[in-house]
Amino acid sequence: MKISRKEVEHVAALARLAFSPEEVELFTRQFNDILDYINKLNEIDLEDVEPTSHVQPLHTVLREDEAVPGDSALLEAVLREAPETENGFFKVPPVID
Amino acid sequence: MPAAYEVIIGLEVHVELHTTSKMFCACPNRFGAEPNTNTCPVCLGLPGSLPVFNKNALELALRAALALNCRVNRYSRFARKNYFYPDLPKAYQISQYEFPLAAHGQLAVYKNRELLRNVKIERLHLEEDAGKLLHDEGQAYSYVDYNRCGVPLVEIVTGPDLRSPEEARIFLETLRRTLLYTRISDCKMEEGSLRCDANISLRPWGSETLGQKVEIKNMNSFKAVQRGLEYEVKRQAEILDRGGRINQETRRWHEDKGMTDEMRSKEGEQDYRYFPEPDLPPVIVEDSLLTRIGTELPELPLPRYRRLLAEYGLTPYQAEIITGDRDLADFYEETVRIYYEPQKAANWLLGDVLKLFKQFPGAIKQSPFTPLHLAQLLKLVDGEQISGRTAKEVLEESFNSGKMPELIVREKSLGQISESHELEKVVDTVLRENGAAVRDYREGHKKAVTFLMGSVMKATGGKANPQLVIALLEEKLAKIGE
Amino acid sequence: MHLFTLTAVEAAQALQRREISSVQLVRDIYDRIDNVEPQVRGFISLLSREEALAAAENVDRMLKQGVSLSPLAGIPMALKDNICTNGIPTTCASLILKGYRPPYDAHVTTALREAGAILIGKSNMDEFAMGSSTENSAYHLTCNPWDLQRVPGGSSGGSAALVAAGEVFFALGSDTGGSIRQPASFCGVVGLKPTYGLVSRYGLIAFASSLDQIGPLTRDVQDCAYVLEIIAGHDPRDSTSVSREKERYTAYLGKEIKGQRVALPVECFGEGLEKEIKELVMGALAKCTEVGVSVYEASAPSTAYALPAYYLVAPAEASSNLARYDGIQYGLSIRSGSNLLDLYYATRSKGFGAEVKRRIMLGTYALSSGYYDAYYLKALKMRTLIRQEFESIFKDHDFIVTPTSPTVAFKIGEQKDDPLTMYLNDIYTITANLCGFPAISIPCGFVEGMPVGLQVIGRPFDEGRMLQFCYVLESLLGLKGRLAEMKLKEE
Ligand SMILES: [Zn+2]
Repeated sequence: MKISRKEVEHVAALARLAFSPEEVELFTRQFNDILDYINKLNEIDLEDVEPTSHVQPLHTVLREDEAVPGDSALLEAVLREAPETENGFFKVPPVID
Repeated sequence: MPAAYEVIIGLEVHVELHTTSKMFCACPNRFGAEPNTNTCPVCLGLPGSLPVFNKNALELALRAALALNCRVNRYSRFARKNYFYPDLPKAYQISQYEFPLAAHGQLAVYKNRELLRNVKIERLHLEEDAGKLLHDEGQAYSYVDYNRCGVPLVEIVTGPDLRSPEEARIFLETLRRTLLYTRISDCKMEEGSLRCDANISLRPWGSETLGQKVEIKNMNSFKAVQRGLEYEVKRQAEILDRGGRINQETRRWHEDKGMTDEMRSKEGEQDYRYFPEPDLPPVIVEDSLLTRIGTELPELPLPRYRRLLAEYGLTPYQAEIITGDRDLADFYEETVRIYYEPQKAANWLLGDVLKLFKQFPGAIKQSPFTPLHLAQLLKLVDGEQISGRTAKEVLEESFNSGKMPELIVREKSLGQISESHELEKVVDTVLRENGAAVRDYREGHKKAVTFLMGSVMKATGGKANPQLVIALLEEKLAKIGE
Repeated sequence: MHLFTLTAVEAAQALQRREISSVQLVRDIYDRIDNVEPQVRGFISLLSREEALAAAENVDRMLKQGVSLSPLAGIPMALKDNICTNGIPTTCASLILKGYRPPYDAHVTTALREAGAILIGKSNMDEFAMGSSTENSAYHLTCNPWDLQRVPGGSSGGSAALVAAGEVFFALGSDTGGSIRQPASFCGVVGLKPTYGLVSRYGLIAFASSLDQIGPLTRDVQDCAYVLEIIAGHDPRDSTSVSREKERYTAYLGKEIKGQRVALPVECFGEGLEKEIKELVMGALAKCTEVGVSVYEASAPSTAYALPAYYLVAPAEASSNLARYDGIQYGLSIRSGSNLLDLYYATRSKGFGAEVKRRIMLGTYALSSGYYDAYYLKALKMRTLIRQEFESIFKDHDFIVTPTSPTVAFKIGEQKDDPLTMYLNDIYTITANLCGFPAISIPCGFVEGMPVGLQVIGRPFDEGRMLQFCYVLESLLGLKGRLAEMKLKEE
């Protein structure tokens, strides 16, 4: 399976990353090298193998439904880190879909 | 309604679960707080924070699954749904994908007590809510509040089973009643704790294939669901009539303008890149848990309606209203348990009591007026200790103060005067003071007794037991005649 | 004698005996830092001497009052810069988190703080832990204290270099595909990746959530056991943290290892492995046989596919974990554009380095519709096969031993432009991450003056016996607690 420039550009858009044409060129090449290597997986018949999404034995982890009120000092610290805030809201540029 | 096409509607309903804390952190699950005050590193998606699943969210979702007759999957797991949006601080939503909590359910929908349809519930899965993005029309900025972020939701997806906008509305109302009954959610569409998107398509009658479906969003009330879909039926029918084609798109309903328009899509072609959530182990539902949830599940509206008809001989109308609200039905049955006069209890409950409940700001359960109050009131009436008219006064007073009816009657001396020696004195006085009427009576004008009766009632402030007054008057008048 | 040459446990014992004070340790460490840090550059941020001294004074006061403290109270240490520290910058060596001060402590930060360990600074790393040389730090290079022309390994290169250079007594790193063990090997220190779930990941800034574990980098095996004892244990804030009784790892040290059975997977001793490294590992095992350990050849053919599986799973999870760096809530935010999309593109394109972007792209691709089954799902299935093979080896062997890395530390810049070659550094280490097994690297000798590491992989939660084994091996090899000899500018 080879990946095309166009696909690289599509993936970049999904990931919200912008690249110059040269970067896309380089990425496409590196991508294909890596994918060639990864395609080694196709050598193995995995048809009947169960996938492992979690390495631990199955069991549900739950917490009790108890509420702890928001911590105002923490919120203050959080808002301090924010690029822009107003009246306790995070401020963002207008959403243009 | 253009009759040339069959309308096919499926709904996707999001319901906020009525938990104390959020789905994956201990922040309060509460509507209407100051912006961002109900947040912590977890629901803000701060780097390094991790989710831990709320047990009650699981139990409520299981309850919903059972109430909707779903098959619960013993193995389900969370998946990440990846997309960028400012109300989604991790840039992914923890949801379920390949392995939802439950599937294959159904909900019976009735109109005027006749079965309209058994609507399939295709799946029911758990997910976290996003925050809120506030845009001011024409403003250069948008504002984000993460208070709602991480509130537990179930998403309920129906099959393409609904056949009209009205049916869609009735389904949604039935769903709401079921979820209220089981105390899964407060289901307030205006606060967003119940939200509904619809997929709608039209096809010529008799066609086997489905037409191109369109997704409709932003229908924020039951009425809006029906109106929005009605608009859409008309719009699509007009396009098809002209020989046009329906576009695959998402449209937004504008309640004020009474129309839908195309929403610009968020991400050209959506590709959510779902994959198993590594931070959360799978959800394994044990037999014991499922059994307990099943046992705790209250009787649902429909079986209760049927039972009330059979058990108490209520009319369908009465039973429908009473079972329409779990609190009201509970109130009714508790009253009847203490005071077994099902018809009388129903008459009072659906009459004056319901009127008061409707004015009461809180839930029926929270009202100071309890089944014990109503039962006592009805017993007072039955025992002729108060008249029907007085009973209404006592009801109102009891409703406002929470005092027991007996106490009110005693404190305000509202009891009927049924003691004959007390009444005798009044009757004697009335006879003495109304010589003319007594004469008329003796001369054969029997109607004069009505006047004398009125005078007695007037003198007692209406508290005299009328049967007793008549008896006394007749007895005394006869004696005078001897 | 300089105090910095002591191991953490030696220093701690001297402290408990009140022969030295924590303040003295901190002073000595800062002097050492002044001397060698300009060459090593292992810190991304360093706490002020005053701050560290204040914490040390506090410990000294408590010791004086006879308060019983943990064995590592008063010992200076460093945390990798992807471990959250309340109010102290935690950047993951990325521009996108430049200056970011988390409002909370990671679980391990709290555990060490409560144990009285003294935080000196945050250590350099490959950006978001993606890399094997620490060259992917957005801020600066870190040099290998054994040869400043060489890389310290990565991604926990800063932690390994600081321990090897005597700038801290121990450090924590994180390991997603070998990021503790490979730099430990390159820098001649001990590095342990615990069983997945043994140490809480709460407050560890995620790279690949199903693979990440925090672990110690120390001067010797004993120090490793002491640090592990402090950081291991159940944390209800991490759903993957395992609830089991706390173990006393230090109690295993000094016990015999006679009768233990070691497997050598032939696949890890073939092509690509430097001959001298192979000889050192075999030599070390020969010494083990002298104390009654049996060594067997074994085969795990699926390990050949571990690297491709890893380079799907890790980037896929990373692409999702790193999506939150979007310039809305914290960190870099480039707001010169007119709308939200501009903000996303500008911030993320400027904020992430080349390797991080490469992996985000790879992971996004692997998860995108139409490719999930061909790539991601296959990788998850491969994970099952590899685990099954290892489990069957563990049925009749206690440990699996391999080299930690196929080479010694390479020259700075040597592999920078060749991602695939760089990825091969992880070839022996990633299996433990894919399976969740514990694995440790300890020094087993030198090739041309550069340290070589030997890796021991154990059964889940068998850290105690692994440490017991390594403790014996370490003393058989006589390589305990060696610091890099550094030419100092001025003594
Ligand atoms: Zn929260």
